[in-house]
Amino acid sequence: MKFTLSWLKDHLDTDASLDEICAKLTAIGLEVEEVDDKAAFKPFVIAKVVSAEQHPNADKLRVLMVDTGKGDPIQVVCGAPNARTGLVGAFAAPGTYVPGIDVTLAVGTIRGVESRGMMCSEKELEISDSHDGIIDLPADAPVGQSYAAYAGLDDPVIEINLTPNRPDCTSIYGIARDLAASGLGTLKAPKAPSFAVEGETPVKVKLDLGGDDHLCPGFALRLVRGVKNGPSPRWMQQRLIAIGLRPINALVDITNYMTFDQGRPLHVFDAAKVKGNLVVRRAVDGEKVLALDTREYTLNPSNVVIADDNGVESIGGIMGGEHSGCDENTVDVLIESALWDPMNIAKSGRSHGIITDARYRFERGVDPEYMVPGLERATELVLELCGGTAAKTDVVGYKGFDARIVDFPFADVKRLTGLEVSSDESVDILNRLGFTVTGSGERVSVAVPSWRPDVDGKADLVEEVMRIHGVDNIRPAPLESHGAVNGRILTTLQIRSRVAKRALASRGMMEAVTWSFIPKAHAELFGGGAPSLALSNPIASDMSDMRPSLLPGLLAAAQRNADKGYGDVALFEVSGTYENDRPEGQRRVAGGIRRGTASLAGAGRLWSNAAKGGGKPVDIYDAKADALAVIEACGLPMGNVQIEAGAPAWYHPGRSGTIKMGPKVVLGYFGEFHPKALAALDVSGALAGFEIYVDAMPEPKKKATRTKPALDLSPFQAVKRDFAFVVDKTVDAGAIVRAASGADRKLIAGVNVFDVFEGASVGEGKKSIAIEVVIQPTDKTLTDEDFEALTAKIVGNVLKTTGGTLRA
Amino acid sequence: MTELDTLEHQLLADVAAASDEAAIEAVRVGALGKKGSVSDLLKTLGTMSPEERQTRGAAINALKTRVTDAIGERKSALRDAAIDARLKAETVDVSLPVRSSPAERGRIHPISQIVDEITAIFGDMGFSIAEGPDVETDYYNFTALNFPEGHPAREMHDTFFFPADESGERKVLRTHTSPVQIRTMEAQKPPIRIIIPGKTYRQDSDATHSPMFHQVEGLVVDKKANVANMRWVLEEFCKAFFEVDSVTMRFRPSFFPFTEPSFEVDIQCDRSGPIVKFGEGTDWMEILGCGMVHPNVLRAGGLDPDEYQGFAWGMGLDRIAMLKYGMPDLRDFFNADVRWLSHYGFRPLDMPTLFGGLSA
Repeated sequence: MKFTLSWLKDHLDTDASLDEICAKLTAIGLEVEEVDDKAAFKPFVIAKVVSAEQHPNADKLRVLMVDTGKGDPIQVVCGAPNARTGLVGAFAAPGTYVPGIDVTLAVGTIRGVESRGMMCSEKELEISDSHDGIIDLPADAPVGQSYAAYAGLDDPVIEINLTPNRPDCTSIYGIARDLAASGLGTLKAPKAPSFAVEGETPVKVKLDLGGDDHLCPGFALRLVRGVKNGPSPRWMQQRLIAIGLRPINALVDITNYMTFDQGRPLHVFDAAKVKGNLVVRRAVDGEKVLALDTREYTLNPSNVVIADDNGVESIGGIMGGEHSGCDENTVDVLIESALWDPMNIAKSGRSHGIITDARYRFERGVDPEYMVPGLERATELVLELCGGTAAKTDVVGYKGFDARIVDFPFADVKRLTGLEVSSDESVDILNRLGFTVTGSGERVSVAVPSWRPDVDGKADLVEEVMRIHGVDNIRPAPLESHGAVNGRILTTLQIRSRVAKRALASRGMMEAVTWSFIPKAHAELFGGGAPSLALSNPIASDMSDMRPSLLPGLLAAAQRNADKGYGDVALFEVSGTYENDRPEGQRRVAGGIRRGTASLAGAGRLWSNAAKGGGKPVDIYDAKADALAVIEACGLPMGNVQIEAGAPAWYHPGRSGTIKMGPKVVLGYFGEFHPKALAALDVSGALAGFEIYVDAMPEPKKKATRTKPALDLSPFQAVKRDFAFVVDKTVDAGAIVRAASGADRKLIAGVNVFDVFEGASVGEGKKSIAIEVVIQPTDKTLTDEDFEALTAKIVGNVLKTTGGTLRA
Repeated sequence: MTELDTLEHQLLADVAAASDEAAIEAVRVGALGKKGSVSDLLKTLGTMSPEERQTRGAAINALKTRVTDAIGERKSALRDAAIDARLKAETVDVSLPVRSSPAERGRIHPISQIVDEITAIFGDMGFSIAEGPDVETDYYNFTALNFPEGHPAREMHDTFFFPADESGERKVLRTHTSPVQIRTMEAQKPPIRIIIPGKTYRQDSDATHSPMFHQVEGLVVDKKANVANMRWVLEEFCKAFFEVDSVTMRFRPSFFPFTEPSFEVDIQCDRSGPIVKFGEGTDWMEILGCGMVHPNVLRAGGLDPDEYQGFAWGMGLDRIAMLKYGMPDLRDFFNADVRWLSHYGFRPLDMPTLFGGLSA
């Protein structure tokens, strides 16, 4: 919402400066977005051409001597056809920025003649499109004075960012009312229109809305006969230009002026072009109208139109039709002042993509009580500017306004804001804003004025009192302490998500945040792509479906890094994936990938581990370690965690695993990826990754005490024994470890796999697995016989379960 | 020169000549072993007369002591020399590089770090953290938050929609974290003090808008929380978060459907340089929106607005991260470029706490 300072002062009597006004506007909730104080116009002064002679070297140029009211006349080379001796115009000295040509003037030489400034056209000052010649002012214009001040161009323009709840401030009068209420001046009472009325308005209006009368709660129409519709006066044009509107003709300009001055959109029909009576009705499906923006709109029954015997003449409350518009030939004009349903206007306007000043106001709510007075004021302006005779106004559909009554306890101001405002002051503020307060004591009845449809409860009244009294008067007051140390403030899931992030970052991985929506093909590849999780209006086709997994986004991110030359990356994310559109369908997943040589120890080659396979590509075991690190960090008992071969289809079937807790709970998957999945994602390189479902982890058991169990340390020396078994290649090392551990649960403290070997020496299809068994005696030192018996049991158990042999 | 002198001279010469531990051991055995030259002399003591023993015996014992000492000294000198030689041989090139610690290489994304910072601050003020789903119903995202059907304010949200289900209901991607206000009020009776960080979505994209972004929202509901308390909470938060001694904030009346009265809040700052500085300067920057919870929202949460009252606020998490840490472009947050993560990310051991400071 834009307006000029002088326009505001039409309604507000104030001595406040521009800065004070702007500060107050912001303070009462009418946030000033931009102020143009028109300082750019300051350097332009009125100057008189003392002499104009032909340029010696150019036919179309003249050399002017210009009196700027200061010092000797100045020489200016000018190409304007109207440059002549005696012309009074606008002069810009060297150093002046000329907005219309985006140039800061310098002393120049044009075809060999020095030029020390410029006589400007209106286009060069961006005050109109006129570039027929330089500005040509009346001979009595005061030479040496500011041109902007003389021409009324120094009127500062203020733009406020109006919140959608304040239809009353879509009018400059309304803004003045708010400022006056805040004590910044006095609201000037509008002068009651006074003019003679002759005859009836012959065109009748019928509301034909099939019972949906709320779509047009009122319609007023008046004919003015015998007008002369030329350009509007300069003062009106200047104000309209200043706020960004293009003057058309007096009748149209009056409607635009009223839209901003009073927030009262109007429409004018050329009566000669209206055939028969007007009817307000729903559009017929497919009905077309050529609107004033010269575009044709195809309408439907949810649009309300004003039609005559020719068809649709106007889209009610949104935009008029081209056919019955007013032009310089208009003699009889029909002025419409109507009310429309805000929701319907918003919907219609949106569906056709029409943004107009009328729609802006009607969808917020136009003051119903001003429908007729607005028409009176517009009529007065028409008579003033275009002459003619006003006929009687015809009003249909309007049932009057019932003010909303709000029960208002004054104490609510303090209850909600902490402000101490006396009830007298509250009443005063409300009155100044146009509310009517009745009753006395602690609770009063407040009638809401017709221009404030946004106020419907006592909290709204508290806001009115607060913003006018001044928000800055509210002193911060500490929030009362709970009176105790704040207990646990995170849920288990939040704690685990957080710790998973820190654990993975501690493993040299970088946390990424990737899009929740991914390409449909990627979603389908990773088990997603359900229609209920596909956006109806994605911002781009490759951000269309809610992700079923973190991996596609991370794999794509790794590839983007690789494409920039950073191929060894370790990325993770702890975030949501989506199984369905219900809250419980949103999983909390910790996922990560490593690419290239980005192992835990570090990426790339290094002298120290060249011999130990430094720079070796990442594989399933890197991913497994990351996955288990998450589970461990989240505090799950690792003894209950089981690893099974295989994982969903996007993993390498022979190089992937499933992590379970008990037979049912799947904690996650890890491994290398299926080559087809990588190809479909268009990624390449050594890649391994994992996903752990943090939300699948059971809540930790509630413990009766924080005390840790007593530590039982054996006084006897622990002993290590090595064994090597040759087994079929398909036998899991895990089976050997389990079998060995099971030999004596009491004595065997640990079993570590320390070598895995495949080669001709162990035979085709075989492998050798070497384990170290840690034996911890608990009640006596073991004898040789004890060891022999234990060893035999270990070997026996392993051979029995794996079908292998003890390696010689 | 007596025979003893000669022997001593010879033995000391042998000691001096011994070049390694084996040689000195041979000298020791030759002199002090069972059949050593000095041991042989000592064996003669028994055959001596008392007088002889007093003179010659003492001389032999003295000889033994000197030779023993000499051998001991030489032995330890040779051992030291051997160690020195070994150490010299073992010398390596200390300039060769080693691997950095994984914990130094890993990074926490600024969003996660900021959430931890916020958690630390509000945890101290008695708040806990609440979360909710990204895929929301129209009811929780709009209706319960006092956005009437067809209201222009809904339009301002650039909502992402899912297709209508059998019942005609269209789920949305939440446009703000505010639905969690309702979910919390439904689940928990006041007093409520929660902070809601999370992902939010709007169909919008440029340097400061991203179709996915993060918000953090706060909600206080009890029987007396008012605007003055809200001012205090937000000022304390901004001071703690931006780690400055004081901030000046401007509360401007504004409009949000779910609060009444509503405010937009500006923070005074210095924007003259490339980095915004808080606690100084004369510029204003909008930083958050807030207000008293609208009576209709309290009702939607099952609370009587005449009994309970409270306030709520919301701000862009990514935006305050950018303001504090200086990232220039929001879109980079979601690119997973390791150079950006390495530069703007945080080390896993940099954990924001109030006892250790929010940032290093």
